[in-house]
Amino acid sequence: MKWLSDSMVRRLREEADLPDLGGTKYRVIQRVASGGMGTVYLAQDTNLGRKLAVKVMNLQDPSGELASRMLREARIVALLEHPSIVPIHDVGTLADGRVFYAMKLVQGGRLDQYAKENISLPDLLRVFQKVCEAVAFAHAHGVVHRDLKPENIMVGAFGEVLVMDWGVAKVLASRAGEDGAQAEREISGELDIDARTTLPLSSGAEAVRETAGGMLIGTPAYMSPEQVLGKTDLLDERTDVYALGAILYFLTAGRSPFEPASMADARELIVNRTPLRPRHFNPKLPRSIEAMALKALSKEREERYATAQEMADDIVRFLDGKPVSAYPENIVERAGKWANQHRFIILLILAYLLMRFIVLLIFRR
Amino acid sequence: MLVRGLMPDDTDSGLRGGRFPITRLSAIVAAGSQDQAERSRAFDLLVAAYWMPVYKYIRIKWNKSSEDAKDLTQGFFVTALEKNFFHRYDPARARFRTFLRTCLEGFVSNEEKAARRIKRGGNAVILSLDFDSAEDQLALAEPPAPNATDEYFEAEWARSILGLAVEALRSELLAGGKEIYFRLFDRYVLEDPDSPPSYKDLAREFDLSVSNVTNYLAAARREFRRIVLEKLRELTATDEEFRREARTLLGVDPQ
Repeated sequence: MKWLSDSMVRRLREEADLPDLGGTKYRVIQRVASGGMGTVYLAQDTNLGRKLAVKVMNLQDPSGELASRMLREARIVALLEHPSIVPIHDVGTLADGRVFYAMKLVQGGRLDQYAKENISLPDLLRVFQKVCEAVAFAHAHGVVHRDLKPENIMVGAFGEVLVMDWGVAKVLASRAGEDGAQAEREISGELDIDARTTLPLSSGAEAVRETAGGMLIGTPAYMSPEQVLGKTDLLDERTDVYALGAILYFLTAGRSPFEPASMADARELIVNRTPLRPRHFNPKLPRSIEAMALKALSKEREERYATAQEMADDIVRFLDGKPVSAYPENIVERAGKWANQHRFIILLILAYLLMRFIVLLIFRR
Repeated sequence: MLVRGLMPDDTDSGLRGGRFPITRLSAIVAAGSQDQAERSRAFDLLVAAYWMPVYKYIRIKWNKSSEDAKDLTQGFFVTALEKNFFHRYDPARARFRTFLRTCLEGFVSNEEKAARRIKRGGNAVILSLDFDSAEDQLALAEPPAPNATDEYFEAEWARSILGLAVEALRSELLAGGKEIYFRLFDRYVLEDPDSPPSYKDLAREFDLSVSNVTNYLAAARREFRRIVLEKLRELTATDEEFRREARTLLGVDPQ
């Protein structure tokens, strides 16, 4: 028998772990990333010859329920045709009973990794603005993501931003526009209410937790107070706004607002504690950006931005040097900002005055 | 003297045309069978999968000489056969490999207490095991930390199962006239495991289209996975244990 080194054993395990896509038009090339419930593979569409990403669930689905839910996720994502939302091409079940879906291959890095690359604040904010706009687009179609976090956002080599993992998304039928209501009618099918409002398919095992009081959806460090308390009926656009606040906090402070060690810890921190100000970790951060993050992180939903678009607008205002809604500036700050914006003219006037002054002094003699 | 030949020639046992070709009956369950022939076949399978981890474990954990480890390995399996150790396994309490390791620890401890080397002769069963290759492997590998011997046994178990599966895959593909499938698999997975060639490189090297490389590798991988699962099915007592071991070894739930 051939002796197997540790590296060979590792490779064999990886190979045996690759899913059998024999009955589909896809062929696996290699594993890309693994989560608690699913694994993403680089694959090839043998009909079209193009490469794409195939996500295969780690769970079997003998009843077909998981496939139905994934189909629903695919339909939700199909509804959200937006440059910053990854399209799903196909959903199916493998011979071994596991569900898979094929989606566009995204090449880039995760936002949490991107943020560590010494990126300037304006560049980080431009990426964040695109995230807000994608989320706002989903909200406009009545869809709430519910698991926004830097790990679920990809940044491409050319600055493109993609919001991933809509596996625990919720359709807000009552708030949805015509598109959303139509989608809700089309996608609800025979699923029960819980299934319609809960899609536990995200790649992160942490995305969904069963509790005595219901189902917790999200990732503790980015969960809103209503999420961590399991108040699923209160989850709406402002739940995503809270997560956007936590992401902005992460991008500017270098860490998430809270770093809970357990769910109990998360409950205590998120519901009862105020996070340290981002400027505590990054003293150079402008106060207005800090205020935006903290406004979005308000415990009370009513005190947050009402929509992700409002938050995106504030980011744009900041980038344009204008006052932001989250931070009422005092007269000195306003004057400072005005002076900063018009510094060329001010310098010109000052130079002119200085010249006049010098001329005056010379003639007085 | 009855000599059982197990290694290396019997590594494809239990696969196509092998010992449990239809039902993939658990060798652990069969080890308690009333049928002597079935019990014997089950025993062979268990020895084939476990003798190498057992031998290496004895060498590493108790720092035994090669000669003592050979005797203890032989003694352990022969005593297991004679006293029907494996039939006592209760899947509700532990995985089989954990049970086997515990039995082994008890056996070596008893042997040490008795302070006697195991001398077997007369009508005793002697297993024909390839101890030289086990010694070669020990010489090549880094010894584990003294407090990591349990993990070492687990790792050796995985190595043994996967090694048997690779041999079985080779035999099956060659017998089916699909040598190229195995050569591709061997080149892609085993030849340079830390930097495998791309499919394009393989296509050039084997004078195939990339699409054929993709298909052949997919088929070989499928067979390999099936063989590993069959091995696990044979070497576990219950469906639950089988699934648990499959999750440990392959990472996912088998069908």
